Amino acid sequence: MSRPSETFRPLLRVRELSVRFRTRGGRDIAAVSEVSFDLAAGECLALVGESGCGKSVLASALLGLLPANARTSGSALLHHPARDAAPGPAGQDRPLDLLAADEATLARTVRGRRVGLVPQSPAAHLTPVRTVGSQLAEIVRELKGLRGKELAEATLAAAARAAFPADHLDRCPHQLSGGLAQRAATALALVGDAPLLLADEPTTGLDRELVERTVDELRAHTDDGRGLLLITHDLPAAERVADRVAVMYAGRLVELAEAGPFFGAPGPRHPYADGLLAALPERDFVPVPGMPPELGDLPDGCAFAPRCARAGAECAQLPVPSDGVACHHPVTTGRSVSASGRREGSTA
Amino acid sequence: MTAAPHPALELREITAGYQRRAPVLRQVSLSVHEGEAVGLLGPSGCGKSTLAKVAALLHRPYAGTVRIGGEAARGWRHRAPRAQRTAVGVVFQQPRLAADPRLTLAALIAEPLRATVRAAEAAGRAAELAEAVGLGGDLLGRRPHEVSDGQLQRACLARALALRPRVLVCDEMTAMLDASTTAALVAVVEDYRRRSGAALLAVGHDRTLLERWCDRTVELDQQSGTRRCTAALRSAPRAPADTTAG
Ligand code: SF4
Repeated sequence: MSRPSETFRPLLRVRELSVRFRTRGGRDIAAVSEVSFDLAAGECLALVGESGCGKSVLASALLGLLPANARTSGSALLHHPARDAAPGPAGQDRPLDLLAADEATLARTVRGRRVGLVPQSPAAHLTPVRTVGSQLAEIVRELKGLRGKELAEATLAAAARAAFPADHLDRCPHQLSGGLAQRAATALALVGDAPLLLADEPTTGLDRELVERTVDELRAHTDDGRGLLLITHDLPAAERVADRVAVMYAGRLVELAEAGPFFGAPGPRHPYADGLLAALPERDFVPVPGMPPELGDLPDGCAFAPRCARAGAECAQLPVPSDGVACHHPVTTGRSVSASGRREGSTA
Repeated sequence: MTAAPHPALELREITAGYQRRAPVLRQVSLSVHEGEAVGLLGPSGCGKSTLAKVAALLHRPYAGTVRIGGEAARGWRHRAPRAQRTAVGVVFQQPRLAADPRLTLAALIAEPLRATVRAAEAAGRAAELAEAVGLGGDLLGRRPHEVSDGQLQRACLARALALRPRVLVCDEMTAMLDASTTAALVAVVEDYRRRSGAALLAVGHDRTLLERWCDRTVELDQQSGTRRCTAALRSAPRAPADTTAG
């Protein structure tokens, strides 16, 4: 979707992914609708949007962790990283469709091994009454089958990989600072050496300094050749480490852009993305008027229309994504002639 | 600096924490004048949330005085005299921990009004508050698990404003929220303050946000090498930006 296929072999190829929840009242909640994107090894894609926009549901869908009343459609193909797959006939790399895989496959071969989850609230993800060391050792034993001295060494190495201090391994999660708890959770996510990391709001509630350190550390694992899907509402954090940004609104991707031009000049093209950036205290500090629509009661046309200053009659029709933006009247102000050349190398 | 006889909120030499022998705050003093917005910055674990709870009369300090409108606090939590308790409104970081899951948003907003005003009046005031925070119709009949964090936090802010507090304490009010909801909630607070002249103590770790929002920011330092915070408060003037936020 974004790069010529010869050079760009995605780790994850998501196509037309939709998630519907059937409520007890028989209402359908359109949590995620027709989301498509690619994620390459060594790349960080930030998925941004306000709470309730569907980004965490998307993460759950990719991990097979949706509740029973959810129905999915589309595909999410997880490829083996290039370093594992023999270069040869295309058939050699048989991707796994995460949406179609059964729970046993996901539990045995995917979660922790091919997709590592860095959770939203590490404190809740870790068992409170057990030391970090014993939790880490358990995962190492489970994923690597090690015992005894080897296990102890691998556990230390796993802690070191996430910069978790060895002298804190005998502590329980509640004895750790927010930053160290996050590192402990990251260490657990990295044990299986999963080529794809999925971080769901990993910096919520952390100080700016810790936010920066956490995302920098995640970025470092990306630079080691992993793919990172960073789900966050923290735009400055996304700006700091992302290669590309995907903006989600009311369950749909409304803009998919290179991070540089998105955060810098010429800026976002979707009016919602534009408004979201403008709301930052370091920018205009003016909210997007109104609130996001109910996912159980979406309009046929553009879901942003009631809040959009650029809306027109066409917006009663759902805008089809084109060149990375789904909007009938994308923002063009501040875009000069140079704008035409800025998306070089990224064909929609 | 100001002609007002008493600060709206005055914290004097507050020592507080959860273990008497190892308090997280030692002799911290801070005043917020009427109409003033003060941002309290500091790393997590430095005790700034504890200070917010002391200011909101929700946590009894080991030593020191809290004055609301010049009058010394005479009790804490439910023992605080009603007039003092209602003079301070407070909003916390996590709306889900601060909201009774059984209440609808409408009931949540009206909660503080129940004991003070007649039912008809309470309904009218609650509707007015809901509108001020941008919550409409259908949402008001929902319970916390049926709304987003942002929507629930809007309701918690409306609840904090219900009794028209003279002092508003916002403890990491927007830490879980996206940029647009953050700007929207700050605009609601500022609108209320413009009309009421209420003082604001905004506690947080987001320097960019607090410098934009507040008249001045104060920093609670964590002294290196020790686990406790010192009374080293440094003031910085407001960022050279308009904070009215629309
Ligand atoms: S499609 Fe129309 S309503 Fe939707 S964002 Fe674009 S201009 Fe606004």
